[in-house]
Amino acid sequence: MVSRGLRTALSIVMALATAHATTAGERFITLASTTSTENSGLFDHILPRFEQDSGIQVRVVAVGTGQAIRLARNGDADVILVHHRESEERLVADGHALARHDVMFNDFLVVGPDRDPAGIAGLADAAAALARIAESSSVFVSRGDDSGTHMAERALWVAVDVTPDAASGDWYREVGAGMGATLNTAAALDAYTLADRGTWLAFANKDALTVLIEGDPALFNRYGVLMVNPARHPHVKASAARAFVDWLLSPPGQAAIASFRIDGQASFFPNPAPAREPPRRQ
Amino acid sequence: MADIGTAFGLALKLIVTVEPEFLGIVARSLAISLSAVVIAALIALPLGAVLAVYRFPGRPAAIVLVNALMGLPPVFVGLMVYLMLSRAGPLGFMGMLFTPGAMILAQSVLVAPIVIALAHRILRDLYEEYQEQLCSFGARPADMIWTLLWDGRLSLVTAVMAGFGRASAEVGAVLIVGGNIAHVTRVMTTTIALETSKGNLALALALGIVLVLIAVGVNAGAILLAGLSAPRRK
Repeated sequence: MVSRGLRTALSIVMALATAHATTAGERFITLASTTSTENSGLFDHILPRFEQDSGIQVRVVAVGTGQAIRLARNGDADVILVHHRESEERLVADGHALARHDVMFNDFLVVGPDRDPAGIAGLADAAAALARIAESSSVFVSRGDDSGTHMAERALWVAVDVTPDAASGDWYREVGAGMGATLNTAAALDAYTLADRGTWLAFANKDALTVLIEGDPALFNRYGVLMVNPARHPHVKASAARAFVDWLLSPPGQAAIASFRIDGQASFFPNPAPAREPPRRQ
Repeated sequence: MADIGTAFGLALKLIVTVEPEFLGIVARSLAISLSAVVIAALIALPLGAVLAVYRFPGRPAAIVLVNALMGLPPVFVGLMVYLMLSRAGPLGFMGMLFTPGAMILAQSVLVAPIVIALAHRILRDLYEEYQEQLCSFGARPADMIWTLLWDGRLSLVTAVMAGFGRASAEVGAVLIVGGNIAHVTRVMTTTIALETSKGNLALALALGIVLVLIAVGVNAGAILLAGLSAPRRK
């Protein structure tokens, strides 16, 4: 009985595995990307266009930039679309990904309660605003998850030489969550946080939160697209992955990104000069 | 809170209007959790019976272990299964990561200890009842296991249902190994997590309510079955 049960179970597992093997024959790629691009609805807007043009299905796994890069290192994704240039370039240098391409950009925003206890509204310098939040010990919610947004936030603290970790659990709250979940927490705590514009515009639970700082060049948020290196990870679907990267950088792909609107507002802007840096073929 | 009122309205609308997208998510959730429970039960029920019948060295330790594993944290199971199925892991060649198969595997691992432990408790009592009779027939332990499983089948359904409850309600494991990919690995719990993170609290709550309704339905079924089994037992 035991062995019979085991054998049945094994045969079911095998059936599942083979069922999967047949679907693997279909054209799809796995795209590891950030919660900001998924939560804002951008992929729902652009991916159907690519799928229609190419017949390749794109399966999005939305995680933080840090985790997306780990997925690429393990060979668990075919393409990644993330926003932390340094980590992206390291991934290329380590041979896990082919070239990095600028694909689009938007900006980060410092959002906070409209009563603005730290008095930062209207400051031009985002890092100075963070310093003021620290001085007044106003509650700041950090992503705390190694995401691109988290790393951008860390860079701002470094710029004003504040070590928020010393106040961790006090006014500095690291939630270790995606952008939307972090905004939920900030709304509930009446706290400040750093958000990307796409997620902010699409976010439906803003409560008393409002945009306090925007437009500082330090808040520039650049997204890169990278194909995982098939020489390093042989199972990577090279031709389909390359087709996707090329499409994103091509005029139709860039136009698809530009035409995405949240409540009538553009939230991602295509790579400013695609002609200057044509998609490099490997 | 206005959200709760809105959520109930939305939940009702979701159920009544039978939107295909929503129906797809519910169907996928049920298919994955039911597959996981069937696989887990096929392995766990015989093991539960073995624990009830056989006396072997290390049996008490095995019973303690299985009971302890009932509370296995889903995120831990998710992480272990991820490490196994990752292309960098030992089973990476199967390419199962971010597929429903990976989610079924993770949920099976999560559910199996629950079914083993509950089946062991149910069958141990039954075995005490039957032992003399079975021995006087000269039944071998292997036959006893089969008899116990067959006679205890209606009570064992409750053990399997408990496993189903655990599988369908967890989010930690399936999020890690499934990746919450729309139309592929997105199930009810991961949708709730996603909609919450988008700030769509009413929609998330509505999905949660539907999940609770399914759980109520399944458990009502289990109690009905247990009721049916009672007269048979005595």
